[in-house]
Amino acid sequence: MNGIHDLGGMHGHGPIAPEKDEPAFHAPWEARMLGIRRGATFPPEVNIDRWRHLRELIPPHLYLSRSYYDHWYMSYVAALLQSGWMTAEEIKSGHAAPGGARRNDAMRPEEVWEAQKTRGIFTRAVATLPMFAIGQRVRARNIHPTGHTRLPRYVRGKIGVVRLHHGGHVFPDANAHGQGEAPQHLYTIAFPMRELWGSDASPHDEACADLWESYLEPA
Amino acid sequence: MPYSLSNHPHHHDHQPAHGHSDVPSDPALRTKALESLLTEKGLVDPAAIDAWVEAYEKKIGPRRGAQVVARAWVDPNFKGRLLRDATGAIETLGFLGREAQHIVVVENTPAIHNLVVCTLCSCYPWGLLGLPPRWYKAAPYRARAVIDPRGVLAEFGLALGDEVEVRVWDSTAELRYLVLPERPGGTEHLSEAELAALVTRDAMIGVAKAGALREGRA
Repeated sequence: MNGIHDLGGMHGHGPIAPEKDEPAFHAPWEARMLGIRRGATFPPEVNIDRWRHLRELIPPHLYLSRSYYDHWYMSYVAALLQSGWMTAEEIKSGHAAPGGARRNDAMRPEEVWEAQKTRGIFTRAVATLPMFAIGQRVRARNIHPTGHTRLPRYVRGKIGVVRLHHGGHVFPDANAHGQGEAPQHLYTIAFPMRELWGSDASPHDEACADLWESYLEPA
Repeated sequence: MPYSLSNHPHHHDHQPAHGHSDVPSDPALRTKALESLLTEKGLVDPAAIDAWVEAYEKKIGPRRGAQVVARAWVDPNFKGRLLRDATGAIETLGFLGREAQHIVVVENTPAIHNLVVCTLCSCYPWGLLGLPPRWYKAAPYRARAVIDPRGVLAEFGLALGDEVEVRVWDSTAELRYLVLPERPGGTEHLSEAELAALVTRDAMIGVAKAGALREGRA
């Protein structure tokens, strides 16, 4: 979707303002929200791609005005409501409606260290040979999917060169929407800054993005 | 200011419920209510939340990435493998895991400077660098890193000559990028552990050089 989350190339968002000696958390609730994201049980349809899509769907004014961990709050609440695991009334009150189910399979503290070591593996076998070879010129397609996609707007229609090939990876555009993993070849494409931003850009700088095969066409 | 989810009550991909007009605007209150509700329903154990927070506050931080960098500086074989197959090389150090599953390491040289960003969300090698700094997740950095990397670097106090090529890596897939900074001059006598102490989080994102800018620890 052409959403507010697709920020690459925008002006006007102000200085970066790195903090000196930034604390781990800026308020205690941020730490609680981090722990909820990592330690709470999620509805089974909420894979990483759906999670990112939930965040993209935060209304633009809230996306820009609320902090990162608040994005997590909003995305998780949206997932809980969509799945029917919670009602809006319960979210509002902070208490379960009488007679609701109670689970007993939440992650225990002694399981946390193993959980943080557990890798999600996103590589997958794909039956087809890669369409593109390292060094080949390719164009990022000028497409505008309305659902989740990892093709940023700033590269669409632009020509780059295949820098790396990563084999098959889960395809987020399908996986976010319950359409299975639909793995495709994944490539890192290097785009010259002048191709992306015109003749004022630095002549030898480049930006690379990791793009799936169906985002690309020969150039 | 309350935010609205009451106009989006349906279970539809494009109209999700993102909050409720009646929930408190203060995120501390909302998050507390959510934690109580999840605990009541058996969806979270508050002690597990404590354990995750402790893990990220005390154990999983940029010292891990710094160990990877220092090893690469002293061990050419490890460095070679790191640049060819970072995931395999880092696995030998035991640092793979959550948000550090498929790793690509990119090397800074006198001719090339690498910078990592995630324009679409906030992808970051948590398993190697710990909690991402706030600026990395916020709009200004995500917006400008790909269109004006030299301006961004200048804001961090890093001025690069025109002869240096800047490569920006936008983390749009499940690959997590780590910059291998240049080893500072005059460090031939330092041990691997002493070298690791020169490697900052910012140097491994690419907004600083190793041994140059002091930053928040852990």
